[in-house]
Amino acid sequence: MISAGIVTVSYIAATVLFILALGGLSNQETARRGNWYGIAGMTIALLATVFGVVTQHYELLLGALLIGGSIGIVLARRVQMTQMPELVASLHSLVGLAAVAVGFANFMDPSVHHTGIELTIHDIETYLGILIGAVTFSGSVIAFGKLSGRIGGKPLTLPGRHLFNLGLLLAAIWFGREFVIQSAADGGLEPLIIMTIIALVFGIHMVMAIGGADMPVVVSMLNSYSGWAAAATGFMLENDLLIVTGALVGSSGAILSYIMCRAMNRKFLAVIAGGFGTAGGTTVSSDAEQQGEIVPIEAHETAALLLAAKEVMIIPGYGMAVAQAQHTVFEITKALRAKRINVRFGIHPVAGRMPGHMNVLLAEAKVPYDIVFEMDEINDDFPDIDVSVVIGANDIVNPSALEEPNSPIAGMPVLECWKGETTIVLKRSMATGYAGVQNPLFYKENTRMLFGDAKDTLDVVLKAL
Amino acid sequence: MKIGVPREIHAGERRAATTPEVASQLIKLGFSVAVEKDAGILASYSNEAYKAAGCEIVTSAAELWARSDIVLKVRAPSAEEALLLDKNKTSISFFWPAQNPELLKQLTASGATVMAMDSVPRISRAQKMDALSSMANIGGYRAVVEAAQHFGRFFTGQITAAGKVPPAKVLVIGAGVAGLAAIGAAKSMGAIVRSFDTRPEVKEQVESMDAEFLMLEFSDEDGSGEGGYAKTMSAEFIAAEMALFAEQAKDVDIIITTALIPGKPAPRLITAEMVASMKDGSVVVDLAAEQGGNCELTEKDQVVVRHGVSIIGYTDLPSRLAAQASQLYGTNLRHLLTELCPEKNGTINVNMEDEVIRGVTVCTGGVKTWPPPAAKLSAAPTKAAAAPVPVKVEKKPSLFGPIAAAVIGGLALLGLGAVAPESFMAHFTVFVLACFIGYMVIWNVSPALHTPLMSVTNAISSIIIIGALLQISSTDEIIKWIAAFTILLTSINIAGGFAVTRRMLEMFRR
Repeated sequence: MISAGIVTVSYIAATVLFILALGGLSNQETARRGNWYGIAGMTIALLATVFGVVTQHYELLLGALLIGGSIGIVLARRVQMTQMPELVASLHSLVGLAAVAVGFANFMDPSVHHTGIELTIHDIETYLGILIGAVTFSGSVIAFGKLSGRIGGKPLTLPGRHLFNLGLLLAAIWFGREFVIQSAADGGLEPLIIMTIIALVFGIHMVMAIGGADMPVVVSMLNSYSGWAAAATGFMLENDLLIVTGALVGSSGAILSYIMCRAMNRKFLAVIAGGFGTAGGTTVSSDAEQQGEIVPIEAHETAALLLAAKEVMIIPGYGMAVAQAQHTVFEITKALRAKRINVRFGIHPVAGRMPGHMNVLLAEAKVPYDIVFEMDEINDDFPDIDVSVVIGANDIVNPSALEEPNSPIAGMPVLECWKGETTIVLKRSMATGYAGVQNPLFYKENTRMLFGDAKDTLDVVLKAL
Repeated sequence: MKIGVPREIHAGERRAATTPEVASQLIKLGFSVAVEKDAGILASYSNEAYKAAGCEIVTSAAELWARSDIVLKVRAPSAEEALLLDKNKTSISFFWPAQNPELLKQLTASGATVMAMDSVPRISRAQKMDALSSMANIGGYRAVVEAAQHFGRFFTGQITAAGKVPPAKVLVIGAGVAGLAAIGAAKSMGAIVRSFDTRPEVKEQVESMDAEFLMLEFSDEDGSGEGGYAKTMSAEFIAAEMALFAEQAKDVDIIITTALIPGKPAPRLITAEMVASMKDGSVVVDLAAEQGGNCELTEKDQVVVRHGVSIIGYTDLPSRLAAQASQLYGTNLRHLLTELCPEKNGTINVNMEDEVIRGVTVCTGGVKTWPPPAAKLSAAPTKAAAAPVPVKVEKKPSLFGPIAAAVIGGLALLGLGAVAPESFMAHFTVFVLACFIGYMVIWNVSPALHTPLMSVTNAISSIIIIGALLQISSTDEIIKWIAAFTILLTSINIAGGFAVTRRMLEMFRR
């Protein structure tokens, strides 16, 4: 047993290490060290708690830790980089479920005693912790289903869904009041369980209503929720380490959500309210007018164009992840760079299904990160680009976001590849993107369409090089 | 349809309305192309080259005009040529309808469709058809070449065994397309280049070409007129401007003037006294000679020497670079024909709903359609002006929003502080401070690392395991097992989150 003072000091050390871990991620050089800070912080916190607080059942604790830890490591080893969004969503659901479990266990613990206003505050904390945890859990499970394709990506838009959400919220508040009243009289389990069910339904409904294009927002939002759940649990347990860590994670997720929303020029509330693409129903007719002729191109012509170019920009999208084409893309990049052609990558913030998804895939394929650029860094360079290659992306290169004020994606910043000499778009078919909007880029005079699976066609291009 | 390209008959005109390369692209659009014998000879395009590109060579002009549906020219049709046009024919060339009302009247009466390349509306979609800009670009370049021809010194500065040679100083007045081309050419020959323009927004463009932009001390006045052209300035402005030129004239070796105001005679910028004050051997190139000249002593189409200064007043500078000019002009024409022939089937459709085609067409089917309706032309600028307005409207309530939120938040905090116990407020302080630290730290995270950020925060948020650890020692069986279950869940998360982050970060490499 170590003293309470030592435990507190260890918690402070853990807090500092967690902050350093997040700070370390500010660039690639320090990121690895940041991860080690995080691991060190977690280890210190665990050891201090195990030796300072736990008094019995060590064997059970150790067993759970070892089994859980092994499962986690196996998962982390096996997961493919294209499946990162699914993995992150499923991990979020675990935090949510843990928050619910800790909340219930704490509520049932007879050793916790509060009276008067303290009891009320403690009850509200418990209630909130379970509420957020449950929403995180069911929301993450649905997000996992959507990302892994087990549930369709189309937004589910029930009639009167806003009223439904409002009803759920009011019910949650009412049961919260009931819970506080009954808890003072040593009861309250019933309203707590009912609320948990309400929260689970809310989480399911919320994510079901969000379309595939908004998945980056959802994933980062759930990231934020898992933090707030931890913070609420910290209040309940009066533990500052949990509060600080939860707040760090919560604000991190919130900022990511904000960045993602800004990258799509969407209001956060509008994303949560769901139903992306349905509001654009009125503009579909005007989109039809924009159709023109598309110019297809063959793989060997693509190779010739690339070889004749001096400046090449590659714009990857979710399609590259689906086709697992990142390795071929890098082989092509290497071949071109060996011929002194300047190849760069332009990444839109919401390309893929989670923040930074494309960067991870390119890193996996060993693309050096100093030729990978953010949209804001390279968007002005497009007039000097000879060939832009769009791989399985659609909405993020849609000129109607800038030119068509009625478009559902109007005002969303996009990669302006059409300003370059030539754009080659790799696509499986002429289907629209997640937003369900026609893309006038495909009909532009300097755009060439290369149809087929991205990996297969790029393999042919690589051979031709 | 058959496209006919006659030889230019205007004295001194060397350009041709198409080149073999452009002609082959026109044939791809479904047209057949006939070229009058020797049409491109002065621009170094031989009859054989046209033939090789798939064109038919026609010996007699009369036959060519008779057989063509579309006639492409550089200069406006002469009065005689105009007689050869009828209601089934389309003529595309420079036309200058404002300066040629008689010709316009005659052609309107003939029923022919006439398109003026000088009337392409200045909108971004039409840039590829903007023949005026193409020609101005060539004119600006050629102006520098002409200046070099008459300037008895190097442009670039050199230090040689035979002594030091100072670089030439060039002043370019008017930084439009021609002015910028002149700046680029003079700069690449090594001269020191300065430029002046009444439109302050071109300062950046001038400086981007590494030239010095001369500013007037007093000016708040903006000389930008409609369509990106300059407008007439106030008397004070002109006085200050003239003082600047007088001072510069004493210093520079070469002055290239390109100042034009649409529909007005060229402004008189360089007076006889300024010319007299220039060093002997200096050169003035006046690109506005056609409209009366920016220099008082300019003589149209002549090179004159006054006060020891050569003053060049050529009005056919693009024609003096005939091969280049023909190629660019031909490409402009091809873009217009592509617009006119969207089906690529070799027939043109004069769609008067189209803003560009409407602007170019000066008469068709016996009706004069010039000038085009102003509303249609100004549609683009009004749209641009209208767009920011709703944004402003939106911004006003958004200022109110945060204030309201701050007030409500503040009241809520006060209410909380009034009832909550000391210990809660201590935790709350920690919470708020942690939120701020998170806010500060996360903004620095590189966007490329957002995925690792999420997986690491996910691992860290498993700190909730502490809650389960606090509970596992409970004597209550249910609580014990719930806690064990929670530890299992969160340890998956801890190990998985950190391990996958590590795996991802290993991959990021330079």
